[in-house]
Amino acid sequence: MSQPFRLAGGLTDRSRPLVFRFNGTVLQGYHGDTLASALLANGQRLVGRSFKYHRPRGILTAGPEEPNALVQLGTGPAQEPNTRATVTELYDGLEATSQNHRGPLEWDLLSVNDWLAPFLSAGFYYKTFMWPKSFWEKLYEPMIRAAAGLGQLSGAPDPDVYDHGFLHCDLLVTGAGPAGLEAALTAGRAGARVILADEDFRLGGRLNAETYEIDGMAGADWARAAEAELATMDNVRILPRTTIYGAFDHGVHGALERRTDHLPGANGKPRQILWRIYAKRALLCAGATERSCAFANNDRPGVMLAGAVRAYVNRFGVAPGKRVAILTNNDDGRRTARDLQAQGIAIAAVVDTRDGAAVVDTRGRKGLRSITLKSGRRILADCLAVSGGWSPNVHLTCHQRGRPVWRDDIAAFVPGPDLPPGMSVAGAANGALTLAAALKDGRDTATHIVGNLGFATSNPPALPKAEDEACAITPFWHVKGVKRAWVDLQNDVTTKDIAQSHREGFGSVEHLKRYTTLGMATDQGKTANVLGLAVLAEASGRTIPETGTTIFRPPYTPVPIGAFAGRARGKQFRPTRLPPSHAWAAENGASFVETGAWLRAEWYVRDGEKGWRDSVDREVRMTRESVGICDVSTLGKIDIQGRDAAEFLNRVYANPFLKLPVGRVRYGLMLREDGFVYDDGTTARLAETHYVMTTTTANAGLVFRELEFARQCLWPDLDVHLISVTDAWAQYAVAGPNARALLSKAVDDLDLSNDAFPFMACTACTVFGGTPARLFRISFSGELAYEVAVPSRYGDAMIRGLMQAGEEFGAVPYGTEALSVMRIEKGHAAGAELNGQTTARQLGLGRMVAQTKDAIGTVLSQRPGMTGDGDLRLMGLRPVDRSRQLNAGAHILNPGDQADLAHDQGWITSVAWSPTFGHSIGLGFVRNGQDRLGETVRAYDPVRGKDTPVEIVSPHFYDPEGARQRG
Amino acid sequence: MIIDHPLLGPRDAAEFVVKGDASLIDRPDGLAEGAGDAFHDYLHLRDNPAGVHRELWYHEHGDRSWLVVTRNTLTHEVLKVELARDAARARGRSR
Repeated sequence: MSQPFRLAGGLTDRSRPLVFRFNGTVLQGYHGDTLASALLANGQRLVGRSFKYHRPRGILTAGPEEPNALVQLGTGPAQEPNTRATVTELYDGLEATSQNHRGPLEWDLLSVNDWLAPFLSAGFYYKTFMWPKSFWEKLYEPMIRAAAGLGQLSGAPDPDVYDHGFLHCDLLVTGAGPAGLEAALTAGRAGARVILADEDFRLGGRLNAETYEIDGMAGADWARAAEAELATMDNVRILPRTTIYGAFDHGVHGALERRTDHLPGANGKPRQILWRIYAKRALLCAGATERSCAFANNDRPGVMLAGAVRAYVNRFGVAPGKRVAILTNNDDGRRTARDLQAQGIAIAAVVDTRDGAAVVDTRGRKGLRSITLKSGRRILADCLAVSGGWSPNVHLTCHQRGRPVWRDDIAAFVPGPDLPPGMSVAGAANGALTLAAALKDGRDTATHIVGNLGFATSNPPALPKAEDEACAITPFWHVKGVKRAWVDLQNDVTTKDIAQSHREGFGSVEHLKRYTTLGMATDQGKTANVLGLAVLAEASGRTIPETGTTIFRPPYTPVPIGAFAGRARGKQFRPTRLPPSHAWAAENGASFVETGAWLRAEWYVRDGEKGWRDSVDREVRMTRESVGICDVSTLGKIDIQGRDAAEFLNRVYANPFLKLPVGRVRYGLMLREDGFVYDDGTTARLAETHYVMTTTTANAGLVFRELEFARQCLWPDLDVHLISVTDAWAQYAVAGPNARALLSKAVDDLDLSNDAFPFMACTACTVFGGTPARLFRISFSGELAYEVAVPSRYGDAMIRGLMQAGEEFGAVPYGTEALSVMRIEKGHAAGAELNGQTTARQLGLGRMVAQTKDAIGTVLSQRPGMTGDGDLRLMGLRPVDRSRQLNAGAHILNPGDQADLAHDQGWITSVAWSPTFGHSIGLGFVRNGQDRLGETVRAYDPVRGKDTPVEIVSPHFYDPEGARQRG
Repeated sequence: MIIDHPLLGPRDAAEFVVKGDASLIDRPDGLAEGAGDAFHDYLHLRDNPAGVHRELWYHEHGDRSWLVVTRNTLTHEVLKVELARDAARARGRSR
């Protein structure tokens, strides 16, 4: 477990060794390592295979921009593919495996793709897999799918917990490098509420990776001191391990905080928290990302960015190689050489393109062995540090369609003028690439912002002193040659692919991206985009700013879907609503069904019943013969009060409502403004200015919303007020010939005789000796029926009381299925008929729509297309052969007609097996059905292969005169 | 997105439901001559500008106020927020 590449020094804690596994091999690192630095310390340069060509790949960077070193973390349900080793904090017991190879990493079978490269150029699959056409589905697509992708998901549910949280601040500082720390200190000292977020586990940014000095102390120590000062401020919140992944409208920022990813176990704590940060101002101090140069075979393990090489040496105390060569187009080359020399690492060569030198090729199959210079000279080296200049991290500045602008002096894009409102940028992200400039920019911008917010920055300490060594750069992008030179390592896009894309007409930068996949996938081209643009610019004879950039969109780095879901998973995705009788129903053999968010009893199973039909048939029969009880609390209930309540109801219902007397209930039909039926229910007038409306279960929320719209936006001065009371009342239907006898035992001192309390009567009353209640004589089943409502908290006691009172009558509870059977027998429309596409006329309710008033939907319900001949009409249907069963969804055809749309006569909406009649019955829409009573047509059901002769009858199968419900 | 509710102060857009063009306030008189055409226009002819737009938003997860939000659909900048009831009265609606 030796670490042959470990150096002295650095910021890892040598007193805390950690053990981890890579591809099963046990290795050792230290606390403060990333997986990448620990792998390099152990000499593991080959860490994965490339996406397309399966080329051996190593570690390119030391940060979130990593395109190559993607590994799979963990095993089992928690395994996570495509994790960047460069930002994975090492912990004891970490298990990582490499990705995208068949067979061992060292001997990947699919590396044959590399030899096939001439056939796999940009857009190859658009061209190659065209013929023969039939091969696509059977051969090409399965083959491509099998080869595509990098890591693998377990397919098992994610066992981790994710949380959501909300934060508010005056100033959000994104990035805790020199500019961010100085800005946070400035704003914090002024008293502003500051959030400082950094994706690293150690604050300081490049201060930890370089050998800078600030105020005479090491840069990393200065960062420590700054963090310590910030930690003492109550108005500052530091969020390490937190990525600001998006800048959204009005100062809302999305942040992903990794809470337990760096620990061996989460111990039930949330793994990650997705924060929504409401910031009055935002200051982006996200630093810059180094980029590479393109030259032949520049993708071998051992070819790294120079800044990453310095980070491994200075921060992690790891030598990325024994003999390091340097390729640079700017002054960072010298800095790299100095840092390596200080650690005693041999420098093989410094190749400065500003001197006309260049690296034209490399060798080494599974890791760099040598580089070849322009002169043809080969130099042995196991690491090549490449610096192609720095690209400011402008991503968040573009999340609201801002476009970056090109600055020639630093050969890079910097944030443009169209920043998201409230956002400022400072430091390297703003193009201030020297340390002194970054500190000053952070200080000045923060001072300006907090001043704007009304905070005083009096007597600030002197600006920290730091070097201001300019980083002179002369752009150098790529070496021309016949061999492949990589631009985008993650997607295996080479300079040739870009040239070819341009040649084939995909010369716009957005086309280039789609044609070659440049800048796609997990790294979104952080190291590749500018290089790709430069190569395209050259191919098309334009400048880089003329070529333009693609749009940066959130997220900045990948965010797990689990974090977006948070706790809203499984049963927590949508809460289940339970009606008041739920506990009682569960005790009494109920089988439950989800209806919207509600869980309702569909039927109650009794001993000896072999299937659901037995239970439902019994419930229907017993209700029709004696009495049944059903929980109807899920219906929407809206309390309506005010001097103009009657007028309001008269305008929202299509049928008249002005003359409903106190103590009576009326059926109400609600239209949409386009004239189609929206909803129905009953409304009871409890007092002169007090009504209670019921809506269908499904539309409860929507109807309430529309009523509020009518009240506030259409008739703002009507004196009417609405409260949703759906959850406030438990309501039970008591139906059947013995309903009156049963309720007489429950209701206190109320004459329930037909004269005193007739059909459609309502009243407030008390039950069981003083419990407040409301009683409505309404019927959905067609029986003598009541609905009795009590405050929800009495709902459980009420169902138990009613069942006890009903014992002598053999009262049964009935569920939604029996409810449905009885309403079909009675011919009442429900969800399948009130589907938003049917009219009052089609439902047989056309005469209810009053023409003398201006209610919602009245005018357009009279449109020509909705009133003409040949219209559909809701009818009853029964099989000619009574033993046949009907199915909902079957279409109606005339005998002998072709089964096509031209001959369609309607369709069946609802069916039931009627225990009352002993055969299957159905409701359905039939063309001109009202004139076709007794006619025999066909119920044609090609899905189930059925063609059943059916008779058109009245939809009111059961007690069409309504004698029972009025009795 | 944040909507500055006239009664409750700044609230997250997630608390609201959007209905669309605020011209829905201008419901025609259903008993007037030519009501059919007027309702046709009212219901089907809405503006959907790229730029400043007046929209109806409902604070469903809040105080149930309907609001008229004047918003730039290109930048999402919220320029003005009023209670829809006040906006309706200003357009001559009453009872």
